[in-house]
Amino acid sequence: MADAPRPMFDTDELVINMGPQHPSTHGVLRVVLRLDGERVVDCDVVIGYLHRGIEKLCENRDYTQIVLITDRMDYVAAATNNLGYVETVEKLMGLEVPRRAKYIRTILAELQRIASHALWLATHAIDLGAMTVFLYCFRERELVLDLFEEYCGARLTYNAMRIGGLPFDLPPGWDGKVRAFCAILEQKIVEYEVLLTHNRIWLERTRGIGVISGPDAVAIGLSGPPLRGSGVMRDIRKHEPYAAYDEFEFDVPLGLAGDTYDRYLIRIEEFYQSIRIIRQALDGLPEGPIMGKVPRLIKPPAGETYHAIESPKGEIGYFIVADGKSASPYRFRVRPPSFCNLQALRQLIRGHLVADVVALIGSIDVVLGEVDR
Amino acid sequence: MADEPAPKPAAPAARPAPKPAEPKVEAPAGPPDPPPPDGLAPPAIVTAVAEALPGAVTQVSHWVGDWTVITTPDRLVEVCRFLRDDPRARLDFCSDVTASDWPARERRFDVIYCLYSTSLCHRLRVKVRAGDGEPVPSVSDVWPAANWLEREVYDMFGVEIVNHPDRRRILMPDQWQGHPQRKDYPLEGPGELLLEDPIEWLRIRNQVAATDIE
Repeated sequence: MADAPRPMFDTDELVINMGPQHPSTHGVLRVVLRLDGERVVDCDVVIGYLHRGIEKLCENRDYTQIVLITDRMDYVAAATNNLGYVETVEKLMGLEVPRRAKYIRTILAELQRIASHALWLATHAIDLGAMTVFLYCFRERELVLDLFEEYCGARLTYNAMRIGGLPFDLPPGWDGKVRAFCAILEQKIVEYEVLLTHNRIWLERTRGIGVISGPDAVAIGLSGPPLRGSGVMRDIRKHEPYAAYDEFEFDVPLGLAGDTYDRYLIRIEEFYQSIRIIRQALDGLPEGPIMGKVPRLIKPPAGETYHAIESPKGEIGYFIVADGKSASPYRFRVRPPSFCNLQALRQLIRGHLVADVVALIGSIDVVLGEVDR
Repeated sequence: MADEPAPKPAAPAARPAPKPAEPKVEAPAGPPDPPPPDGLAPPAIVTAVAEALPGAVTQVSHWVGDWTVITTPDRLVEVCRFLRDDPRARLDFCSDVTASDWPARERRFDVIYCLYSTSLCHRLRVKVRAGDGEPVPSVSDVWPAANWLEREVYDMFGVEIVNHPDRRRILMPDQWQGHPQRKDYPLEGPGELLLEDPIEWLRIRNQVAATDIE
């Protein structure tokens, strides 16, 4: 071996850092890539740069104060975070929520899904070079934020739910605005699809990239659109219905190939399904109170429970242990969907090009505020 | 503001000791883990584990509709493998792995596995109790999803997870001392001022302590 001529080019593997300050890692995600030329041989995902100790913080706050903190986890889908938390406490305490509150919660959660998916599509598209879609999606997301602003006054961290119901009833004329928005969005999704779905560049960049089979996706703990993109029928809205989802008709789109393109198609279809749910909820919106009977001091009896809902990113679950004595949870745990989905990145990324790494991070749809908590 | 006779504003001799943890008043000894009510028969999945692996299930608990199976660390992998493969259980999706800390108890940690079946659509929790330093086997070769979740349990609680393929801290920096989610870990640290200007940090701390007495 000593006599072998030195290769003209260095063919060693190269280790590079992507992030934590990188525009395409959607926050402070750091991916250490081991490269063979342009191909990724292996990677290590380093997280924790945004760790704020939310779980510890919540263990030292009242049950009512925690709703506000859950906003700060997945800050582009605050309403679903609120919903998951208040439902967990209601389950622990056995509280009944009025039907009108359930309907409004469903509407808010679906509007939130639209906003979150719009932000996802915007950033995913700009990562892959589609600037126009970025601007289009932000334009529609703005309309959702306006609706939220009219409902609760906030545009990002809503604090929109209370244990046992809702803080506000719908403002007058709000349902008409939501209907108008649904009509606008339906036309605009066609615009996104015209730009992307059959675009040759988009197809080249997304098809066959990051393929994961159904059983593998289940084993690695993927949930939400990435799991359904692999053809696994699992949607908590259907299987363990919460809020008022059992009263509405909607379809759950499933992918075939399990690649980045399928995950894109799934989310596009979920726009339509969300609109469908919102329309049904507005049509059947019952009259009545928006707040159930709730004790003045929220103090669940000693016990523990896990409750999960379908956030735009996947299964967001809350595990709460109450000790029955104090007004704050003894143990507060969030099962963050982005965290568990991000775990699959290493498996997805192997063998692909460096340029595909941004496509894959985008297609998982991570929000680092939720990954690190 | 500076009229008060501040006790020794710049005392470089005293090394700022970290704030002691606030003692938790009447810390509960453990979760209640209530047994199922008399009239309620456990689902087939719970009875199946108890039958197939005699002695592995030490306790069955039921609360607000959730079933929990409590087992011991040495039989954990066996129970998990059974739950994943048995046709009555098929718990192929590991939703969550987490822990809770009960310092008053002899074996202070509960490690909790939230499981779900994508084909049969049911849930079950498995729980083991472990002392500080007592090994808990990793289930990441049963469910690869448990890999990061167990790393988080190790990072946040210091539960001794053994046979893990990649046991490193995940959220905290690698050289961090202590495990933040333990109940005896203080909620509030000294803050960044301690690193930037320890003398000033000490002065403010003494000032706060002096005003607290009045």
